Amino acid sequence: MLDWPIRIVRRDRPLARMRYLSPLMAIVLMMLTGMLIFLALGRDPAEGFYTFFIRPISSLYGFGELLLKATPLMLCGIGLAIGFRANVWNIGAEGQFMLGAAGATGVALTFPNLPAFLLLPLMVVSGALAGMAWGAIPAWLKTRFNANEILVSLMLVYVAGFLVSWLVFSPWRDPMGFGFPQTEMLSSAALLPRILPGTRLNIAIFLAIALVAITWIVLQHTAIGFRLRVTGRSRSAAGYAGFSIQRAVWIGLLCGGGAAGIAGMTEVAGPMGQLTDKIALGYGFAAIIVAFLGRLHPLGVLLASLLMALLFLGGEQVQQHMNLPKSISMVFQGLLLFYLLGADLLVNYRLKWNG
Amino acid sequence: MDSGLIQEVVSATLLAGTPLIIAALGLLMNERAGVLNLGAEGMMSLGAVYGFIAALSFSSPVLGLAAGLMAGALVAGGFALLTITLQANQVASGLALAIFGVGLAGFVGKPYESQSLKAVGEWSIPLLVDIPWLGPIFFQQQPMVYLSWVLFGAVWWFLYRSRSGLLLRAVGEDPAAAHAIGRSVVGVRYLAVIFGGALCGLGGACLSIFYAPMWVEGLIAGRGWIALALVVFATWRPFRVLLGAYLFGGVLIAQLFLQGSGVKISVPSQLLSSLPYLATIIVLVLISRDSRRIRQHSPASLGRAFRADE
Repeated sequence: MLDWPIRIVRRDRPLARMRYLSPLMAIVLMMLTGMLIFLALGRDPAEGFYTFFIRPISSLYGFGELLLKATPLMLCGIGLAIGFRANVWNIGAEGQFMLGAAGATGVALTFPNLPAFLLLPLMVVSGALAGMAWGAIPAWLKTRFNANEILVSLMLVYVAGFLVSWLVFSPWRDPMGFGFPQTEMLSSAALLPRILPGTRLNIAIFLAIALVAITWIVLQHTAIGFRLRVTGRSRSAAGYAGFSIQRAVWIGLLCGGGAAGIAGMTEVAGPMGQLTDKIALGYGFAAIIVAFLGRLHPLGVLLASLLMALLFLGGEQVQQHMNLPKSISMVFQGLLLFYLLGADLLVNYRLKWNG
Repeated sequence: MDSGLIQEVVSATLLAGTPLIIAALGLLMNERAGVLNLGAEGMMSLGAVYGFIAALSFSSPVLGLAAGLMAGALVAGGFALLTITLQANQVASGLALAIFGVGLAGFVGKPYESQSLKAVGEWSIPLLVDIPWLGPIFFQQQPMVYLSWVLFGAVWWFLYRSRSGLLLRAVGEDPAAAHAIGRSVVGVRYLAVIFGGALCGLGGACLSIFYAPMWVEGLIAGRGWIALALVVFATWRPFRVLLGAYLFGGVLIAQLFLQGSGVKISVPSQLLSSLPYLATIIVLVLISRDSRRIRQHSPASLGRAFRADE
């Protein structure tokens, strides 16, 4: 064996503090790497940093956009975190999001004359149910046929994309839309009321925060949270304790699907105002990182969704002002998760210099 | 259907299945060593984009393939560092690689999206191509088809006929035992993961250089995930990878053929487009419902980290 200058030595016991420090380390490392990327592209790293991380939130409008983008991320992230706690790997939130958007749109198009106080809750419920239905497919195939939920939920993202595409190309296409693949604009009763003048921020942010709070209480004060965690730590221990693994799969995927479905509703009833074939902008995938970065904890998810929203906004700003493709924000997202997973080594291990 | 048309469809099926074969053979190798790399979609995307750029800049498909292969190997090396040395969770790290790879490929490839590559012609294998009916299907193909057969043979021979292949399988089944007899589990796993990444990159490059031949964001369109599903479908055996990939190739081509045929069908095109993904789910269900068979064939240490001092 080679003699490395640094050795990795197991700690006597895990360093709990590190679980909260490693996300911060990961963020700093991501920012430094980001500046290196700008440098490598021949751009001024300081300008890149400012455009990406500071400029998006340097105005009231930008602040509103941050919370607006954080809303679906928080919703999708909290749903995924519930499943991830039990090692139920739902990575199809993107598809469940699309189904939720479609479900909410269906209600809005069917009942255009309902008053807002009836229509909006109905849209939330139908969005959640549609997302849950999409999450129920991998749950059923997993519990009944043992099919891998990672691959099934992911495949369903593509199927959901085609389903929404069909809806907006055929039955729901706006007849006055010049043939664009989109529904008509939703009536004003189907749009979420805005709450901050001068921004596009709407009341969905409160819905998201409320859902995070409820999840926190349920996970903290009921046996469900405990059971999920035990199931995640050790399937056999869960089995001996009489906790049903099948049930954890159902809970994980239904919560994940439902929350992502609500997120889809907030998107059509919020910034989009209609269903299009480009309704999903990657929030469902980014929410995987939100869940991990937030340490699968509700409060952490809330904070992580704000950071991830900033990465989305930063990508847009960099595209607009520095003429770089906005997919750079996915590069940053991936880097962030890499660094987080690497830094987590320090929870259980320490580095020791040989010499 | 006339005979010429059937020949054409079968030939196109082989072509469509080829990038999947190459990527899935690589993934099969790293899974046989006990490492699950869910980043296939990212590695294929990076292979496709760097392969395309290299092929375009040097006007050489061969250099393009080499670049794609290296791009895949390089990021797989990062994945190996994270999961093997730093003991990070393999599922989470694979997802990170998928997101990162797809994002980076979109970013790097943006300026090249409007450019197209000269299509590479078919190679006829002398004598064999003269076999009646079958010859033109199997032996008048794009070079990547032959490459995939060579790789299949090499992987099969390595796994079942070489000592190193035996060691690789031992590491996947029982890393502690392999370690106890003085073999380097870490070393074997590193090599297997890098090989897997290299073939995923190569598969992606085949897609952008031969099959498309162009680059556009989303070109891979889930093929990395389908390749992962193929390995499960094949119950970790190379020959079944070949069969499974051609099955998917068949679904892809049938779907394109129905859409392009102009036959008046009452099925929406979106349903046809989603067939490959639905087919993936169906075969996963069919193969997984026999959980004993999956347990029997899947490498015993798949997805689990190994540390020598525990």
